[in-house]
Amino acid sequence: MNCLRPLASLLLPVAALAAALVAAPVAATEAGQPAPAFALPNAKGDTFVLERMRGKVVYVDFWASWCGPCRRSFPWMNEMQQKYGARGLVIVGVNVDKKRSDADRFLAQIPANFTILFDEAGATPAAYGVKGMPSSYVIDTRGNVTFVERGFLDESRAVLEQKIADALAAAKI
Amino acid sequence: MRSVILSLLGCVLTVTLAGCATFEPPKPWERGNLARPEMQFDYDRLDAKTQQHIYTSKEAASGGYGVGGGGCGCN
Repeated sequence: MNCLRPLASLLLPVAALAAALVAAPVAATEAGQPAPAFALPNAKGDTFVLERMRGKVVYVDFWASWCGPCRRSFPWMNEMQQKYGARGLVIVGVNVDKKRSDADRFLAQIPANFTILFDEAGATPAAYGVKGMPSSYVIDTRGNVTFVERGFLDESRAVLEQKIADALAAAKI
Repeated sequence: MRSVILSLLGCVLTVTLAGCATFEPPKPWERGNLARPEMQFDYDRLDAKTQQHIYTSKEAASGGYGVGGGGCGCN
């Protein structure tokens, strides 16, 4: 067993180094924090800049064609955009597919009547520290996140809608 | 001679393990490939059913197969 000693002394620092490298996660954006800025292209190639939406309530949703709950969230987001759009709600769906054709196929099946942006590089979800797909952020008129939703469950639709309505109501005061 | 071989082995192991340190699991938004049907454990429905049937009869127990995953970390 003596022969294992040099091995152990070699491996311990390596293990420590590995642990240090892994334990460096990006801080996730939580409610109460300013929303990380982004500027992303839409299908036409026009750039959407989040800062220009100050004064409006923005609902940012990170989605992908391969994500099941995203599929169910689209009709709901269409409904929300229709219901609250006139009151100043802007729904933004940020697509994180690596292949644009996957996103296009999804959109052909489930049309979206809100803003769709494309981030193939994944820089925006990284900036937001997205922990699961889909992830949604309610951003108030001053650019602060007021609510974060991870996943999309049918039973949390009412809560989400209330959070959007709250942000819109707060904007009027 | 033996100690030389051992320390050489140690060096090789160190270098290989250091390679593991740079590995990072895919982020939630990078799991498109993992979510593909062919990446699922039960891709072939018939095969999965047969396997499960054999397992159930051999183990005399059923249930507890975990949740169906889409790879999105949301269920």
